[in-house]
Amino acid sequence: MTSGKGGVGKTTTTVNVGAALAKRGHRVILVDADIGLRNLDLVLGLEKRIVFDLVEVVEGRCQLKQALIKDKRFESLQILPAAQTRDKDSVTEEQFARVISDLAEMADFVLIDCPAGIERGFRNAIAGADEAIIVTTPEVSAIRDADRVIGKVSEKKLPVRLIINRIRPEMVRSGDMLSVDDVCEILSAELLGIIPDDEEVIDTTNRGEPIVLDPTKRLAIMYDKIARRIEGEIVPFSNLEARGFLDRLLGGLKAG
Amino acid sequence: MIDLFNRLFGKQTSSATAKERLRLVLLSDHLSLAPELVDKLKAELIEVLSRYVEVDRTKIEVNFEQHDSAIAMMANVPILSMHPPKVETPTHPGGGDAPKRPRRRRKRPTATSNPAPAS
Repeated sequence: MTSGKGGVGKTTTTVNVGAALAKRGHRVILVDADIGLRNLDLVLGLEKRIVFDLVEVVEGRCQLKQALIKDKRFESLQILPAAQTRDKDSVTEEQFARVISDLAEMADFVLIDCPAGIERGFRNAIAGADEAIIVTTPEVSAIRDADRVIGKVSEKKLPVRLIINRIRPEMVRSGDMLSVDDVCEILSAELLGIIPDDEEVIDTTNRGEPIVLDPTKRLAIMYDKIARRIEGEIVPFSNLEARGFLDRLLGGLKAG
Repeated sequence: MIDLFNRLFGKQTSSATAKERLRLVLLSDHLSLAPELVDKLKAELIEVLSRYVEVDRTKIEVNFEQHDSAIAMMANVPILSMHPPKVETPTHPGGGDAPKRPRRRRKRPTATSNPAPAS
């Protein structure tokens, strides 16, 4: 899960997509790759339970399993926290890729929460990845950075899918915000999901609870759809996520 | 050029402006070409075409489109007449009365030194 730009909702998206996958019965491990700026644990409400971290695993100070923290609310959800007092140079790409491949044997899905930027931390985080999920918002700066990141992961031959975060449908309708179609077209990337801007996510993040815990929440449904698309199901985009007929036609042509 | 016309005729929504700006900036990111160079490219393109045919400068559209990894330049240039214009368009202040038609063609892209009518 990567974006280039910081603050677009990567960690929140990673947590909620991961939780949605776990809720659907998959074994999921979330990896906080942002060494020095640990946050995934905090968003998920597991910050008090950390014993070991990723760097200690790499340095052989503990077993990989010892560093994993189980989320009791989901059974099959675990996280591997980042080190907070180390820097990104503590780990090499090879070491990182090794950890990811070890985790892949223990889980159905390993979601790597990438740090912002395109430097060392980013290169480490994508070293062991099979696919890149780009998180972006409908803002010019986020889109430009997403484009740059797409270029970087394409060099590594990783398939790319796009989650557009914080869409405000009423602003799109009035022409004050780039639409989902605009963003997909500009980035020429396949769409994986659309997350509307919603205040509820601030509240649940404050509490350290993934929003998917409450299935009645609007965003919980959106994250669940993303989880199903990751499983391979073809889930149509709903009205809120509406795409125009012409665009769908063009999208179909592009895909074909 | 296109920006200018959009600004003159009818207000554009901010999302349309954002899209246009992004297109241009991503293009220059991909080409490692500065946005002003892209504008210059457009201006020179029009200038070259004008040597051979008379084009309708007010209706020229030049766009860049990206299809996956390939970039295409689409130019829509209405031609008013197949004959080259005998005189330079008089709407712009020229560089004096001296005969200027011959020997003005230069290989190097230094169009700004010409009184380019399209700038």
